[in-house]
Amino acid sequence: MPNGSNIKVKTLKIDGKDVSAREDQTILDVCKENGVFIPTLCHLEGLSNIGACRLCMVEVEGSKKLFPSCTTAITEGMSVITQTDRLKHYRKMILELIFAERNHTCSVCVSNSHCDLQYLGQKMGIDHVRVPYRFPKQSVDASHPYFQLDHNRCILCTRCVRVCEEIEGAHVWDVSGRGINAKVITDLNQPWGTSETCTTCGKCVNVCPTGALSDKGRSVAEMTKRREFVALLANRRKEKV
Amino acid sequence: MKVKIATVWLDGCSGCHMSFLDMDERILSIADKIELVYSPLVDHKTFPDMVDVTIVEGAVASTDDLAKIKKIRAHSKILIALGDCAVNANVPSMRNPIPVDEIINRAYVENALINKDMPVHPALPPLLKRVMPVHEVVKVDLFIQGCPPKNDTIFFAIAELLEGRVPDLTTMTRFGA
Repeated sequence: MPNGSNIKVKTLKIDGKDVSAREDQTILDVCKENGVFIPTLCHLEGLSNIGACRLCMVEVEGSKKLFPSCTTAITEGMSVITQTDRLKHYRKMILELIFAERNHTCSVCVSNSHCDLQYLGQKMGIDHVRVPYRFPKQSVDASHPYFQLDHNRCILCTRCVRVCEEIEGAHVWDVSGRGINAKVITDLNQPWGTSETCTTCGKCVNVCPTGALSDKGRSVAEMTKRREFVALLANRRKEKV
Repeated sequence: MKVKIATVWLDGCSGCHMSFLDMDERILSIADKIELVYSPLVDHKTFPDMVDVTIVEGAVASTDDLAKIKKIRAHSKILIALGDCAVNANVPSMRNPIPVDEIINRAYVENALINKDMPVHPALPPLLKRVMPVHEVVKVDLFIQGCPPKNDTIFFAIAELLEGRVPDLTTMTRFGA
């Protein structure tokens, strides 16, 4: 809690259990604090929340809508339900659509067995994808001396965009296009290796949930990722203020 | 009565069949209960009238694969998609974003040093426009992911089926395992 603030405590129910939390917390924060597992892809501790992947949706008693837990603030007396057949159904559907949208060939991926998408696919019990795969033609950018970008494996979570802007302060990454034509770009949609703003810090590579961003010279399953530093840096900066 | 089992190899690398054989002596424990009626591992030439369980390795990539899998489905009580190629088209599908003519031309003309010619022989089945996972063509009853699935996973799945149970493989395997 920031020093000297007047943040109040609120009480609510998570899956029928009474919990208390600070009023500035989101449903996801409270669930994580209380050991309730909610699947997430675009969320990463230390970065801003954008509610893009929709995997973390929960039900709130009294409303028919589903709420993204990462961007929904808690309110006094709210009752949150995190595991229902309806939520399971939608979470599986979202993951299957992500798998179908680009070319996630796990068996030949640099991030095989170190991938959030693959992990959640297993965790959510996906043994096959029920919609036809799109097999889009996507490019690979290997112009950077140390890193590479494989659009085939990008899920547009924008963790790279946010970590570069919010933690590194370089804002190399952005998203161009809309919907199915959206893609992450560097600088003015130019090859990453020609970017004048990239500091080669590698933060984007480490926060990427899949094999879309990787170190050069890594083979199948060799790309491990380090992510704890994001929350650490974000917290230290908060403490300084 | 023994359970009639068939295994089929479509567009794959045979790694799933290798993993199947990798069960080693455990095969003997199920051998008493099954009869392998059709497989690349045995010498039967035609697919039987009806088998209890057919295990399919590989994706559907050619007109031959397509005809085969339709026939197999019609003559199988339970159809299992074994391995990532059968489940999600995997490596064979990496040609899908590229037109078939371009792929064949690249392999047999552009990159060839001698005999630069497109392969045309009646025995060669034309490639389909896109490689498909098995369940996009016919109904699949059980999916076993992995590239290849571990021998333990395959053994567990078959042993469970032989006991009349539907195997739960969610903790045993995944895409790319």
